[in-house]
Amino acid sequence: MLPFYPAFLAGMMLVVLADDAFTFLFGWEFMSLASFALVVSHHGVAENVRAGLVYLMMAAFGTLALMLAFGLLAAGGEGVSLQALSFSAMRAHGPTPLAAAVVLGLALLGAGSKAGLVPLHVWLPLAHPAAPSHVSALMSGVMTKVAVYGFIRIVFDLAGPPAWWWGVPVLLVAGPTAVAGVLYALMQTDVKRVLACSTIENIGIIFVGLGLALAFEANGAPAVAALALTAALFHVVNHALFKSLLFFGAGAVLVATGEKRMGMLGGLIHAMPQTALAMLVGAAAISALPPLNGFVSEWLTFQAILLSPDLPVWGLKMLIPAVGALLALAAALAAACFVRLYGIVFLGRPRSAAASQAREADGFTRTAMASLAVLCLAAGILPGPVIDALQGAVAPLVGVRMTGQGHLAWLSIIPVAEGRSSYNGFLVFVFIALSASLAALAVHAFGSRAVRRAPAWDCGFPGDDPLAQYSAESFAQPLRRVFGRSLFAARETVTMPPPGDMAPARLSVSERDPAWAFLFAPLGRAVSALSGRANAIAHLNIRNYLALVFGALVLLLVVLALWA
Amino acid sequence: MGNLVFDIAHLLAGLQVLVSFLLLYQDRLGALIRVFALQAVLLALSVAWQAYAQDAPHLYVTAAIALIFKVLIIPVALDRMVVRLGIHRQVETVVSVGPTMLAGIGLVGLSLVVMLRVTAGEADALAREDLAFALSVVLLGLLMMITRRNAVSQIIGFMSLENGLILAAAGARGMPLVVEISVAFSVLIAFIVIGSFVFRIRERFDTVDVDALERFRGGRG
Amino acid sequence: MGLTGGLLIQSAQMALVLALAPLLTGVVRKAKARLQRRQGASVLQPYRDLARLFRKEAVLAENASPLFRAAPYVIFAATWVAAALVPTFATGLVFSWTADLIVITALLASARFFLALAGMDVGTSFGGIGSSREMMISSLAEPAMLMLVFTLALVARSTQLSTVAQVMLTSGVGLRVSLALALVALVMVAVAENGRIPIDNPSTHLELTMVHEAMVLEYSGPHLAMIELAGQLKLVLYLSLIGCVFVPWGLAPAGASVLALAAGVLAWAAKMAVGALLLALFETSIAKMRVFRVPDFLGAALMLGLLGTLLLFVSRSL
Repeated sequence: MLPFYPAFLAGMMLVVLADDAFTFLFGWEFMSLASFALVVSHHGVAENVRAGLVYLMMAAFGTLALMLAFGLLAAGGEGVSLQALSFSAMRAHGPTPLAAAVVLGLALLGAGSKAGLVPLHVWLPLAHPAAPSHVSALMSGVMTKVAVYGFIRIVFDLAGPPAWWWGVPVLLVAGPTAVAGVLYALMQTDVKRVLACSTIENIGIIFVGLGLALAFEANGAPAVAALALTAALFHVVNHALFKSLLFFGAGAVLVATGEKRMGMLGGLIHAMPQTALAMLVGAAAISALPPLNGFVSEWLTFQAILLSPDLPVWGLKMLIPAVGALLALAAALAAACFVRLYGIVFLGRPRSAAASQAREADGFTRTAMASLAVLCLAAGILPGPVIDALQGAVAPLVGVRMTGQGHLAWLSIIPVAEGRSSYNGFLVFVFIALSASLAALAVHAFGSRAVRRAPAWDCGFPGDDPLAQYSAESFAQPLRRVFGRSLFAARETVTMPPPGDMAPARLSVSERDPAWAFLFAPLGRAVSALSGRANAIAHLNIRNYLALVFGALVLLLVVLALWA
Repeated sequence: MGNLVFDIAHLLAGLQVLVSFLLLYQDRLGALIRVFALQAVLLALSVAWQAYAQDAPHLYVTAAIALIFKVLIIPVALDRMVVRLGIHRQVETVVSVGPTMLAGIGLVGLSLVVMLRVTAGEADALAREDLAFALSVVLLGLLMMITRRNAVSQIIGFMSLENGLILAAAGARGMPLVVEISVAFSVLIAFIVIGSFVFRIRERFDTVDVDALERFRGGRG
Repeated sequence: MGLTGGLLIQSAQMALVLALAPLLTGVVRKAKARLQRRQGASVLQPYRDLARLFRKEAVLAENASPLFRAAPYVIFAATWVAAALVPTFATGLVFSWTADLIVITALLASARFFLALAGMDVGTSFGGIGSSREMMISSLAEPAMLMLVFTLALVARSTQLSTVAQVMLTSGVGLRVSLALALVALVMVAVAENGRIPIDNPSTHLELTMVHEAMVLEYSGPHLAMIELAGQLKLVLYLSLIGCVFVPWGLAPAGASVLALAAGVLAWAAKMAVGALLLALFETSIAKMRVFRVPDFLGAALMLGLLGTLLLFVSRSL
């Protein structure tokens, strides 16, 4: 496993350094294969092998789509040479409108499958948790961002000026991705799988920003496009920070207890207080709570959405507020998801012996988590410098940069105009800290300081069994009932023993992923049916094979004859 | 001042759309009937306001008809019907409330886009929006008839649909009184017909679930 | 009026909302009691309750973590900061640019996040019930709130609450359908967020119907006092929000004289009183709904908010 880790890093580096399609695709494939090797590094477990296989299939599909996209982009140039594959040559002649539209679709498929856009996300909840935790952190935190980079490079840079409708497919995919991702996360009971599914949600948020930027750029509002693109890139940075932090925390829990099933954990805040604190910061940040960083990027995205009534196109006018509603829904559900994750894993009472005997993570792990937590807080209370730093990437893509934010008084950010909206993470942080300490002081000065420990009250029925606590499944039950019924066909069946029988009653929950049920399962059936037919070709005699070759040759000649 | 006149008309029309959504939201027959009466009150108010604004006294007659029939007689009759027939007091839905409301939002959006595009450059903005509201009320009434099982709630859906028609008619200037009265009467007759029909269903099948009729359609085997 | 004047108004407002929050709750309780033909406790009873709780010792469950002890302060602080940013009697608060309406919504979300975590901390089944249901309710209430923030922002072309109030006050916004939809949605959200009937019953201790009470079941003494106070502040916040956006008359503009400020305070007090009476009337006349009816209720609020936004998006472009 050791050699693949730097290879994975090198592959990702190569993608972002590439200045021509060949190097880009080479790095992309290198990254895919190295990460595949890392995913199956624990290949003793059958589940991991299956995850690796699904991942490999999707990666190959994604690369194919990107290869076709680059082929279309290079096709306009003169001749087939390495020269025509360079990005500058592609930029120089630009594709025809039709080719550009196909390139957009292919980029959504290729980069989207790597990033985890619904419905191409199916590999992600399998592969990310199968890898070792630090690799999961890289895959979720960084590799999906490389995919976002690929999308931006192709669509914003190489495909020429966008048409008015380019934002529509992106927004149509991105909004549902955000909501579906977090709903998937709410249904999972494996810590790392929850985190992987929440990556899907965050990718959705990022692509909402990108879709908005496309829509605004194409419809003559480059300043707003710069705002939307900045919001997307800010969220890229944020997600890299807090998702890595959360995966490190999940890894620390895995090392300490040997468990990643939420139903076996609980009460780790007592054994691992520092890990718990860092994870709390990560959970609050990903739930978009002020004054942390996740909130800033969502706030910027909302500001861009609020500027959309000025767009001239009807479809976009109706679509964008609906996407805004989906985004708000996703943010609220994310808070529910991380209350669930944190509450089940770190709070409450330990649900297994392994959880009750956990020890605090080692110093390196804690340092890594603490530094990421500090970065989350810093990016949240000082968003201005981050926004300014992002303009270097925004300006070449949409041609305009946002006005400088780093030097504004009191460290505020004012994305559009002062009268319109402003946010000051630093002051919000200071105010909360001040009023919390004021309250604590007041209680200490005037209130009672006596504290007594006693058994939990729980309306007089404290249960002794820690398994009687709310579990991951029961916490999600109301949400499963509200959202899961139609979306995931979630069903609860209660099996009651007949009266007089002492057997326990059982409650079982079933759900299915619509992407599997309606897209991949039929696809798989079609492929196996086709290959069943094609299987007959493998059992012919030599004369028949020769006939096949001959037939193909004649057909080709006929086509050639008719072509002109 | 002209602005305020228009604002009030606009608000009343919009409130009817809102009440249409409330109709979709209700899950008790009693509440459903009362919300319908509320919509009728709003309708009467907005027609009366149009009468004042357009200086068209015959619209007062329309308002009075709406007030008498739809606020008083029909709700009371429906209430009595529910009581006398001992109908199950819950609204039985085919599609649950959430998706229905989502579909409703889609319909309102659709009618806005259609109306605003079709009438582009014709009248002033708010009048066009009022027409869109009227179309929304009609569509929402239809939606209610589709998604509710119970015959009583279907009647209410139909009546609310008709509210939308009157709203549109009152907004358009120069609608002759004869047309309105005939519309009002035809609706009343429709109500009586459907009402007796409900009694009949009830007598025969012991339920007012219209799906019960399905079994008696021929040719299905 | 310079910075000091602004600071003075800002701190006056912070003190005022904090000082009057228990009174508002007392008024609501009293009005409800009278409507139910009970005598009811004095309107000052919430103050006495808080003082009593402050003086009592805090009983912690044996396995309560540090988070359990810190959460009441965080919840209180986030709610207080949010309440301090809503214009009550004067617009042009000196720190109003710190946070817009979206931030205020998110601050309340932070408070709820910690409250839900605190509910799960001791590891009792009631705490879990409360947290789980609270997150289900908020997952619909929050988007509804954001949708109506969108509506207001589209009318006022700003998400800054002071600016919104100013626009509502001065320019002829007129009677807009979208605003009517937003008002209904805001009232629905406010009812849900404050845990009032029909969503939750603030005075119940019947186990299976509790939401908010279930989360704070293990709290006692000063901790409970902080959480109660935060809840009362939240009620003030929502009533002030409705007041400042939909009935902005009487708000003292930025740089007003002392007399205007006093008038603003009186107007605010009147609005709060009317709001409290209406809330009591509403709560008395309606029955609590089943938990799984709540998503329909809040879904309706979300739809109304979305409808209002859509209408504005369309009509803005005519």
